[in-house]
Amino acid sequence: MAATAPATRAGVEVRLENLQRSYVGVSALNGLSLTLAPGELVALLGPSGCGKTTAMRLVAGLEEADGGRVVIGGADVTNLPASKRDVGMVFQAYSLFPHMTAWQNVAFGLQMRKVGQDERRRRAHEMLDIVGLGGFADRYAHQLSGGQQQRVALARALAINPKILLLDEPLSALDARVRARLRDEIRRIQLEVGITTLFVTHDQEEALAIADRVGVMNKGRLEQLAPPTEVYSRPATPFVAEFVGLTNRLAGVVRGGEVEVRGARLPLVQTGAADGPATALVRPETVSMTADDEASAGPLVGTVIATSFLGATSRVTVDLGDATVLAQLTTADATTMPPGTRVRLTLRPDAVLIARDEAAAVEA
Amino acid sequence: MAIQATATGDPVVETARRPREGGRRFPLHWLGAVPFIGYAALFLLLPTGIVVVGAFTSNDGGLTLSNFSALNRQYILNSFATSLALSALSAVVGAVLGAAFAYAVATGNPRGALRRIVSSACGVLAQFGGVTLAFAFIATIGGAGFITLWLRSHGIDPYAKGLWIYELPGLVLVYTYFQIPLMVLVFLPALDGVKPQWREATESLGGTTWHYWRYVAGPLLLPAFLGATLLLFANSFSAYATAAALVSQGDIIVPIAIANLLNSETGLANPGLAKALAFGMIVIVAVVMFLYAVLQRRTARWLG
Repeated sequence: MAATAPATRAGVEVRLENLQRSYVGVSALNGLSLTLAPGELVALLGPSGCGKTTAMRLVAGLEEADGGRVVIGGADVTNLPASKRDVGMVFQAYSLFPHMTAWQNVAFGLQMRKVGQDERRRRAHEMLDIVGLGGFADRYAHQLSGGQQQRVALARALAINPKILLLDEPLSALDARVRARLRDEIRRIQLEVGITTLFVTHDQEEALAIADRVGVMNKGRLEQLAPPTEVYSRPATPFVAEFVGLTNRLAGVVRGGEVEVRGARLPLVQTGAADGPATALVRPETVSMTADDEASAGPLVGTVIATSFLGATSRVTVDLGDATVLAQLTTADATTMPPGTRVRLTLRPDAVLIARDEAAAVEA
Repeated sequence: MAIQATATGDPVVETARRPREGGRRFPLHWLGAVPFIGYAALFLLLPTGIVVVGAFTSNDGGLTLSNFSALNRQYILNSFATSLALSALSAVVGAVLGAAFAYAVATGNPRGALRRIVSSACGVLAQFGGVTLAFAFIATIGGAGFITLWLRSHGIDPYAKGLWIYELPGLVLVYTYFQIPLMVLVFLPALDGVKPQWREATESLGGTTWHYWRYVAGPLLLPAFLGATLLLFANSFSAYATAAALVSQGDIIVPIAIANLLNSETGLANPGLAKALAFGMIVIVAVVMFLYAVLQRRTARWLG
């Protein structure tokens, strides 16, 4: 989905400049700076408590920043109340007004803007059509499924023609099937409307699938902001490497700009890393293996101890004696090496990240 | 548990029947409710039945409507009017003050000490009625209460225009003492059901605090507020001991009139008329509780 070209780019630029926020002495946001291009969808991804929701609430005006600025479409809105920011927001769940029907919910923002009743109704039905709920206009929240409620919430947020759309984990309360479908639908609508969007999630798959760029946050800071493929294949920090996707941590030694891991030499993502011991972060899909019943002991020889079927691919766990390694293979290959099989591993010479002390977070 | 999909795609979870050894058996799950059903039958349904039957029974045991024809006597009409006024006034005052108090509590820390203390205190005070309460008021702000005496010593006489504490205004004041805590207990769950996201959604859609209360929180809480007010009305309407202890003369409210008709030692006893009055009270309370149930159902759907 993220690769789909937007039809129009009608959105505005949104800048978060050095945002600071702390709660009772604990820093939730530590100088967050981030610029969203007009019409772009940026996903903020990170574990609970990393500051991503705080960042969104500061943009929405639901909380006051201790420092920094929020600039929407060139206007500094840092000191404006939420009601004057022209921001559309979809919450995690339970945000529809339960005493109003779907169309009344969608029309609420227009009512606040003193739009006439006929126009409100027309626009609300139009928005419900866009989110595929044209036939559900007269239903109350309790008569809608979780996915339908979130689509109404999306229509309500978009009905006021906001300058920016904020999505605060809008899919987290839904079951997996509905979540995947609605995720694609949100992206379709966002591209159709061309609105600048900030999407907050702790689900890496969701962030990678939906966003133009993904910002990975940790402890109130942005560790990396890059397109999904780059975040996955060239993580900027060990935290990003381990938070986004699975990673093998293998002991190695850096020598001459390469890291030697169990006899294999791999190029480094970090240029200029000093020589010495380090932990190489190796993706499971860069590990391949062949069955070798005759293999004598060696640094990359081991025994398959488990296989997880994932559909087209399978994840195989190999015991090397002093370490376990995950390898991601096609299911066809994995089935030829059931648990108990002696195997020889090969590490694909992709550039890898090394961890020593935590690497410094990159500035966005 | 069995999970089914509905036409709208919503999963429906229902309790599945489990296989039993020896096939189907006579269901026994209702046995646990037997003590409650027995209690309700003995202390609610039986007395109600006796009152209803007695209201339509003459002194010689025959069927009659004559007990009801006496209901249009002036003193009985006055008793009903005072009872209704007392119940309505104490319910409205108790509901408004109790709701404000409950809101103050609800906006605090849900697990804080204040909340626990207030909830416990309200649980006790809502039941604090009868002779004890009446005496507490008589001893403090009664005609010779210590606060009254202190005020008089400073040139302020709260009873310069009459001893209103023993009349309708006094009863309203005393009843409010247990109505407010009852309102806090009944209304707090509704306030807890108001999601913070609704206020934030209102703000992000361009609404102000006024818009939030006018279009969102107000309409959402109104059924709960009205329902609680009706409950307070019924609570006040059926109260007897507090008023009896405070007002010893006359038939100021219906429960006292009923007591006087049952206990009169001056030849004015009329059990049939007393039961007709009680029947009238049952009808009024039944209507009020029906409306309360309707409002509660709506509240549960929105704020549950």
